Amino acid sequence: MTTCNCGSKEVSEKEVALQELLDHYRDYQGALIPVLQEAQNIYGYLPTDVLEKIAQELRIPFSKVFGVCTFYAQFHLKPRGKYIVRMCLGTACHVRGGAKIFKALGDQLGVSDGGTTPDLKFTLESVACIGACGLAPCLMVNDDTHGRLTVSDVAKILAQYE
Amino acid sequence: MNNLNELREESLKKYNAKLDKARIVVGLGTCGIAAGGQKVMDALKKQVAERGLDVEFDITSCIGMCYAEPVVEISVPGAASVIYGGIYPDKVAQLLESHVIGKTPVKELAVIQIPGNATPYEGIDIMDKAAYYEKQVRSVTSRLGRTNPENIEDYLATGGYEGLEKALSMEPQDIVDEIKKSGLRGRGGGGFPTGMKWQFVRNAVGDKKYIVCNADEGDPGAFMDRSVLEGDPHAIMEGMMIAAYAIGADEGVIYCRAEYPLAIKRLNMAIEVAEKMGIMGKNILGSGFNFKMRIKAGAGAFVCGEETALINSIMGLRGMPRVRPPFPANEGLWNKPTCLNNVETFANVPFIIRKGGDWYASMGTEKSKGSKVFCLTGKINNTGLAEVPMGITLREIVYDIAGGIQGGKAFKAVQSGGPSGGCLPTSQLDLPIDYDSLIGAGAMMGSGGLVVMDETTCMVDVARFFLNFTQLESCGKCTPCREGTKRLLEILTRICNGEGVIEDIATLERLGKVIKSSALCGLGQTAPNPVLTTLRYFRDEYEAHILEKRCPAGCCTALATFSILPEKCIGCTACVKACPAGAISGEVKKPHVIDRDKCIKCGACVDKCKFNAIIKA
Repeated sequence: MTTCNCGSKEVSEKEVALQELLDHYRDYQGALIPVLQEAQNIYGYLPTDVLEKIAQELRIPFSKVFGVCTFYAQFHLKPRGKYIVRMCLGTACHVRGGAKIFKALGDQLGVSDGGTTPDLKFTLESVACIGACGLAPCLMVNDDTHGRLTVSDVAKILAQYE
Repeated sequence: MNNLNELREESLKKYNAKLDKARIVVGLGTCGIAAGGQKVMDALKKQVAERGLDVEFDITSCIGMCYAEPVVEISVPGAASVIYGGIYPDKVAQLLESHVIGKTPVKELAVIQIPGNATPYEGIDIMDKAAYYEKQVRSVTSRLGRTNPENIEDYLATGGYEGLEKALSMEPQDIVDEIKKSGLRGRGGGGFPTGMKWQFVRNAVGDKKYIVCNADEGDPGAFMDRSVLEGDPHAIMEGMMIAAYAIGADEGVIYCRAEYPLAIKRLNMAIEVAEKMGIMGKNILGSGFNFKMRIKAGAGAFVCGEETALINSIMGLRGMPRVRPPFPANEGLWNKPTCLNNVETFANVPFIIRKGGDWYASMGTEKSKGSKVFCLTGKINNTGLAEVPMGITLREIVYDIAGGIQGGKAFKAVQSGGPSGGCLPTSQLDLPIDYDSLIGAGAMMGSGGLVVMDETTCMVDVARFFLNFTQLESCGKCTPCREGTKRLLEILTRICNGEGVIEDIATLERLGKVIKSSALCGLGQTAPNPVLTTLRYFRDEYEAHILEKRCPAGCCTALATFSILPEKCIGCTACVKACPAGAISGEVKKPHVIDRDKCIKCGACVDKCKFNAIIKA
């Protein structure tokens, strides 16, 4: 393995993890999506050189790898925040005023849908449904779900993740 | 190990021993956690330790009463189990002192009780007789909120894997016949007879066959699959194993939405323990039947709920549907015969095999047998999960189970079937719900989401909301769906903004029919339904938007006007400070007025007014 000139240890750790991942999935049918998912867990997003490496190692054309990446909402080609705030704008949340909460989140974080704060702390996204409709309107921060929201809850919830 | 009798007896002993102690159970499904269930659990544990009480703690999944979350169940030996709702950490001390120490339940916090063999407490509704549950049948959902989904002993003690044991002693064809007899139809939305599908896959020629469970529940407003996945993961696995044995498959995949991390975690736990106990794997229970399964996490594409798109996604491709035939029953995953059913369908299978097809067919209507789990959401009092017999009316669901409309407002419509379904008005409230009646009314069963709308919901806006969804989720493969949904959305947006012309209505209808008849897959074929049903039942709202430039529900902001009710305004000036456009004026302690020319219709004043004095119409 080539060593990195910047001297950062973190970079090579990620590369090792990626290599282990690729070795694990080398002979696995339908490996591309799980590999992309796990690679995204390692890097936080999918940088171009990682996609190129995946294409090369799994022997899948880069165009196909890129096509799969852009097809699914889960894959991201740009860096993302430490905390992903997913505001549900599904039917039940829509009917119960989800849009207002979403606007309050955007105002508070200073980003629009899909945007990331400059300090890479929060990324704000809207999703179609997180399946907690009984507690609409609701949102998720990473894997935590928060329900029965009002506009005044927004600041309190974000503060938990400072 | 050739049978589970010993294991089951042991599990039953452990299960009953658990019930013999003072016991506190907290509902920790996604909805319970979202409502703060984990914090309540922590508070309970801390205070029990501080007081030195001998209490058994357990977790369970969603009992269905989302409106009452966080839900805590408390029982003391020899007495009925009481389920409390709305329990936050500040109520914990009261519950412990009164119920655990004093053996007297806190009636004002109790929602229902489950007496079992004990004498019921007075003044608390018994579960089966409570308004929310009286019209329900709990079959697929019977373990939800009653057992610990992370503990296989609870599953075995409640009849778990009995269906599998019975199936393994049957001829595979007899299993398929039993499912046919039950009349079970696909619970994912289409309603295709499950027995017939199994027969096709069984008859298909192939050296290798697959079972796939569609757990890519993407309909906004539907969470029944999540609840079953989180609350009874073994039942789905058992159903899949029975299906595999019946059709001759030895490998299964559960395609689960990545948005359901808890469901994936519990499924993984369930698979691991089943493998360890020899319930899954090679030579299951000495029958010679082999089966293994894995979970494939989805990557966020609604269209993957369509069977051929889902199969493409498992194979690592873009999740795009393909032309059928060939159907997956003949050429599915890796081009092998594949049986693909929904979560709820598989979860029904163990019950049908255990209790018989006739038992299942005794519930429901002539063409739609059994029970169906619905998710009740929107502007109703009791949001949650309800399993009802097919043929129940919408009115019974909305008024008897869901407790009617929030805030005493008027019912306007119920949206059934998600983005593929339709909006049914008051005139359809007495419609008995089954697959065929809903299609006749222009909607569809879909996966079972029922979103109730009241008089403040604008039906044009709802149609626009759904088209926005389908337009974004259209995979782009076929032109009618890709271009058609975009044009529908453009027209609807124009109407909501007050820029519609009367010809738009005819265009919407024509375009909708063209898309329905020409799109490649179910997503496109049903995408115009929300537009067509709202046009059918709420045409006057479209006309009001177009001709009078008015939104009757006061929802579409571009058409709204804000005004202050002089009799309610006390002149507190809160709205003046909130208005970014300086459009509100008036003297302190006297009714204020809004200058409509300056108003930018942001609604900030409405949110600030504590006296409901500002109306949007």
